[in-house]
Amino acid sequence: MKIAIIDYGMGNIHSVAKALELFGAAISVTNKKSEIAACSKIVLPGVGAFDDAMAELEKQGLDLVIKEQIKNKKPFLGICLGLQLLLETSQEAKDKKGLGIFKGAVVKFRAQSGQKIPHMGWNNLKVIAGDCPLLKGVVSGSQVYFCHSYYPEPLDKSVIAATTDYGLEFPCVLWKENVYGVQFHPEKSQAVGLKMLENFVNLC
Amino acid sequence: MLSKRIIPCLDIKDGRVVKGVKFLGLRDAGDPVEVARAYDAQGADELVFLDITASFENRKTLVSLVERIARNIFMPFTVGGGIGDIGDIRNILNAGAEKVSLNTQAVKLPELISASAKRFGSQCIVVAIDAKRKGDSWEVFINGGRTPTGIDALAWAEKAARLGAGEILLTSMDHDGTKDGYDLELTKRVAQKVNIPVIASGGAGKLDDFYNVFAQAGADAALAASLFHYQEYSVKQVKEYLKERGVAVRS
Repeated sequence: MKIAIIDYGMGNIHSVAKALELFGAAISVTNKKSEIAACSKIVLPGVGAFDDAMAELEKQGLDLVIKEQIKNKKPFLGICLGLQLLLETSQEAKDKKGLGIFKGAVVKFRAQSGQKIPHMGWNNLKVIAGDCPLLKGVVSGSQVYFCHSYYPEPLDKSVIAATTDYGLEFPCVLWKENVYGVQFHPEKSQAVGLKMLENFVNLC
Repeated sequence: MLSKRIIPCLDIKDGRVVKGVKFLGLRDAGDPVEVARAYDAQGADELVFLDITASFENRKTLVSLVERIARNIFMPFTVGGGIGDIGDIRNILNAGAEKVSLNTQAVKLPELISASAKRFGSQCIVVAIDAKRKGDSWEVFINGGRTPTGIDALAWAEKAARLGAGEILLTSMDHDGTKDGYDLELTKRVAQKVNIPVIASGGAGKLDDFYNVFAQAGADAALAASLFHYQEYSVKQVKEYLKERGVAVRS
């Protein structure tokens, strides 16, 4: 069993790789389509701008392989921008569409009631889907590290597995069958985040 | 609710921690990874690594250090010191840092803020401001606090935010090293001026200083160096004190 971490030049893969290795996973950091297809699970990390990231995926043909592998029911985890790319559109995007795995848009926090943007730091999770395999052993009130200005707004509310309150309650974990997306950084969220990555490694 | 953050800051030279971090029980108190682990165990919310050598030869050392930290510490950290261009920023972020901190170069070349925010997202671009009181206002200094710029700190903070900075790391040069507390007035003025998080820095000496900078000045995070390095207080003690006084912190 091997986990592919898609390396498409959008930052920050060392912590994710190392954290998954802690739980016995063999890791392949790769941008090769055949290698991604050969792995049994896939992680899409990402830091940066939506358009740049999507352009990079398309340029390397990775958008197609991601869609195909998700269709094949391979466990898939999108982190931060890697989650946002799973939606259909983003307010950050000028000309790019997302992968459209989740129906809905990525929207920007509005400056309301003195909330600062970006939403940066440690905030509480509210677990909505207690049966979500990624959140096994993670309780409401656990804190995880956020660093973002945009958040996902899926049309189908049943895919929302956890939320966080920042002036408004926004979805921070999406889950549909084999696809998971987290808006925070589990690889930077110490024990709570590591628990989720352990859960991902242990998914059947 | 978003927690207030406590951030130890480590000065790095040639890949090693300087300013004598005196942790009992550390095999190598000069090893940034060892020190970071110790702060992780104390419940630090983030770390800032400031490369004080910042010469070209040291860039590679720094990038490999960042990679080593990211492989070992599962908490967010910021890297600053001598970052000159988009390439430097990309290398440090790709190596695993959550954020980069720009100071002198951002003043000299403000377009660097907008270009890097556009490329990597505002959330990973911190603008560090070293400010010194001058009459009724504060002046920005660069080159490690050696060179006055004539620029007003409040105006600069506002401009940096407008250009796309995701956070301001605000150091009071007047308070730095005094242990008389953070500069509450400066911090408050900047925090009110910008709609991005403000990290207060310079002057932490007592537990109450942390409370004041959050409760009175509206800082989002508080940074300290020697207070933690010399174990006058642990991060845990600071957080327990804040929690008792009703400040939201991560436990």
